[in-house]
Amino acid sequence: MSLTRWGLKKSPWVYHVALSPCNNCDIEILDLLTPRFDVERFGIKLVGSPRHADVLLVSGSINRHVLPRFIELYKQTAKPCVVFAIGSCALSMTMFRDSYNTVGPLDKVVKEIDPNAIIVYVPGCPPKPEAMILGVVKALQAL
Amino acid sequence: MTSGSLTLVYFMLIVTGILVLGLVTSWVDRKVTARVQARVGPPWYQPLADILKLLGKETLVPDQASRNVFLLAPLFGIAGASLAAGLLGYVLLFPDRGFLGDVVVLVYLLLIPAISLIIGGGSSGNPMAVVGASREMKLILGYELPYLVVIAMIIIKSGYDFRLGGIITAQSIGGWHLWSLSGIIGFIVLLLATQAKLGLVPFDIPDAEQEIMGGIITEYSGPPLAMIKVTKSFLLTVLPLFIMAVLMGGIRLEGWSILWSILKYIVIIVFIVLIRNTNPRVRIDQAVKFFWGPVTILAIAGLVLGIYGW
Repeated sequence: MSLTRWGLKKSPWVYHVALSPCNNCDIEILDLLTPRFDVERFGIKLVGSPRHADVLLVSGSINRHVLPRFIELYKQTAKPCVVFAIGSCALSMTMFRDSYNTVGPLDKVVKEIDPNAIIVYVPGCPPKPEAMILGVVKALQAL
Repeated sequence: MTSGSLTLVYFMLIVTGILVLGLVTSWVDRKVTARVQARVGPPWYQPLADILKLLGKETLVPDQASRNVFLLAPLFGIAGASLAAGLLGYVLLFPDRGFLGDVVVLVYLLLIPAISLIIGGGSSGNPMAVVGASREMKLILGYELPYLVVIAMIIIKSGYDFRLGGIITAQSIGGWHLWSLSGIIGFIVLLLATQAKLGLVPFDIPDAEQEIMGGIITEYSGPPLAMIKVTKSFLLTVLPLFIMAVLMGGIRLEGWSILWSILKYIVIIVFIVLIRNTNPRVRIDQAVKFFWGPVTILAIAGLVLGIYGW
């Protein structure tokens, strides 16, 4: 394993992308970054700009309005990066799948931009912070 | 080996040593912050992992940025910081081998990383980076004034000696500058100015996350961002070592003085980390009013006391 790949496993910086969710998943993501769960042990840090991020925590189902902005944001993230689909809305759009406004689930959209994208699915509505930590650990082991 | 190439080898070893010390100090900062917040904190290799990871990411240059200036600015920053580290380390280890005016050169060199960040932020083509750059400019104007007044006071107290080696030897003869009223005032002012130079809370205004996204470094990614982090690591060691040199008699590497030198360094770092953990971020106008108001008046009072020998 090269040194830079080791660095990526030990220091994944996180950027929170909220694609108009209902904010429950956002509350749980913010809980995750509080001192109680202490994700800085794993080197995880919340950064303010997508260009600094290695992990995009995406919550909410993509709709037509936010789609070009999300594509722009994904292109602005420096590769290699991992996309985390947090919550049922990002995984499969649940009750919004027949809505007039929504565009396909997150993995379809990401794979159209970048066929080699790495996507991690964290199910739940909203997922507990422990579930998100489990997702992060599994993703880092598979990286 | 000629003496010139021996000096070059010393310089390279000193710069590498200060870089390693900078990475260790930034880990200590994060670990102490974590303990103060009742958490565990990152492992000892975390700053190294951050920099190695950034070296493996791609470099993205925005369309609207001035490409050459954008990519060259971190290079100037790291050049200034490493040159300052080499000069300061060399004069600390061999106080009689400085040159006339090297205190002034050191103060100029320590200003170069901040200016390179302004240039880099200004050439990013992003309005948030421009806001960060303008705030950094105002902050520099704020803290440089009392910083230079205190340096003038220290030069006067060392008998009008403009050599850093002369300041260190004056303290080994006549006692530390810290053990005098003007020395204590100078220490307080230098500590506050160092907090602002390092971009740490309460003065991390140019790089304010959650307020202006990433501030001045918003558009940087990959190796240029790694260079900016390395520059900040250099400054985290060089600025406390500078305070040690001008107020606490520098470092001495024989016998028990080694422990004493390490203790001096740790005390300054503890002050910086504790101020960082117990304060909120201030606004830029509050910061400039603070530095041009109470802090400058304190520094001028220290200068007057220093001239009269107190």
